[in-house]
Amino acid sequence: MVKIGVLGLQGAIAEHVRSVEATGAQAMIIKHKEQLDEIDGLIIPGGESTTMRRLIDKYDFFDALVAFGKKDKPIFGTCAGLILLANQIVGQETNHLALMDIKVERNAFGRQKESFETELEIKGVADDFEAVFIRAPYIAEVGPEVEVLATYNDNIVAAQQGHYLCSAFHPELTDDHRLTEYFVNMVKN
Amino acid sequence: MSKIGTDRVKRGMAEMQKGGVIMDVVNAEQAKIAEEAGAVAVMALERVPSDIRAAGGVARMADPTIVEEVMNAVSIPVMAKARIGHIVEARVLESMGVDYLDESEVLTPADEVYHLNKRDFTVPFVCGCRNLGEAARRIGEGTSMLRTKGEPGTGNIVEAVRHMREVNGQVRTLVNMSVDEVMTYAKELGAPYEVLLDIKENGRLPVVNFAAGGIATPADAALMMQLGADGVFVGSGIFKSDNPANFARAIVEATTHYENYELIAKVSKGIGTAMKGLEIGTIAPEERMQDRGW
Repeated sequence: MVKIGVLGLQGAIAEHVRSVEATGAQAMIIKHKEQLDEIDGLIIPGGESTTMRRLIDKYDFFDALVAFGKKDKPIFGTCAGLILLANQIVGQETNHLALMDIKVERNAFGRQKESFETELEIKGVADDFEAVFIRAPYIAEVGPEVEVLATYNDNIVAAQQGHYLCSAFHPELTDDHRLTEYFVNMVKN
Repeated sequence: MSKIGTDRVKRGMAEMQKGGVIMDVVNAEQAKIAEEAGAVAVMALERVPSDIRAAGGVARMADPTIVEEVMNAVSIPVMAKARIGHIVEARVLESMGVDYLDESEVLTPADEVYHLNKRDFTVPFVCGCRNLGEAARRIGEGTSMLRTKGEPGTGNIVEAVRHMREVNGQVRTLVNMSVDEVMTYAKELGAPYEVLLDIKENGRLPVVNFAAGGIATPADAALMMQLGADGVFVGSGIFKSDNPANFARAIVEATTHYENYELIAKVSKGIGTAMKGLEIGTIAPEERMQDRGW
């Protein structure tokens, strides 16, 4: 059975664990970088990207996370996790892990009162996925190796680049586990 | 078709704050210190609770200029407090685009009988609670997040501990009951029956429950996490300490790694003196903020 880690520094950690377990895979909360050796794939959850980045630096996770990705181990970033994976952030000089060739706009749909849920078509996953967007980012531009999986009002909200997967919305907040299952299958193959 | 202001969207926002620290700030400079230290959100106020307590008089919603200044200073979510039952303060803050409202007993209540109907709002709310009855009533009114009331502005953790233990103990009692006992429990607690049934079925509260009201040190924050808090609010504890930036960073780390005692010892070293605390017994009953609201 594959073992999926959930980066356990801050955010919706328990929800991802629940979703991974619902697909039949094993889940593990990752609080120390050494634990990365024990897992086959990693989910970077939603939360506050600035907070997570500070804790990533504080606990010396940065190089270990980049190395994990470079070893061809799959990583799935949701919302804040997507921001951490991007190699460009609109309006900022700096980026975070820079593992995906995407340019991301933070809080792109506005503040919390503009947060919403909708049904989305996700290529290869579902045509009626229940997507919850919370102060969500979107992907403004993608590089040539990135495949767009979903758009909302012409904005890119899910994408894949080889073994990296990302979504601007929160698949862990609903009982619709199809996108998590898609990631678990990426890890299996 | 997209929908705004649904339960999932409002409660989900609070889920993203889990494991984090929400800090009270009174200006842009403090907000930036909080964000830099790793706060998941800031609460924009005119005065921190200990100053509200010291100043006396009527405490109201913050001047919108301060709220706006804080919103412009940081990219993390900004919360603000409205008086209990003050529909217009809440609507004004919502119209400004504040990300989360606290219907708070720290401010002087505008209504001593009715809390806000929080289902009417697109913006999500957090409300204080001392026990499961109060928690369930607020959920019934549509709050999307809970926090213990504790005793704000005291730097004394004892009331927050009492409230967290009370709520979690009562949830355990409820989960272990047979369904035919729930209506009587609802009557005893003054709690909506349907909310209790939902908690019983799922084995937990339907919204996150943070600790608030008296957290002054990294060890206090870690204690509340061990007692089952989903995260912590720190009011006066940071900007009333000797060195706010150090305290803020140390409290964030202790909250993340609340079971790592060596780490908590390390981050607690040399961070300066915590805020001066207040013994609860020295506060006159009519001045206890936790008794505001019902």
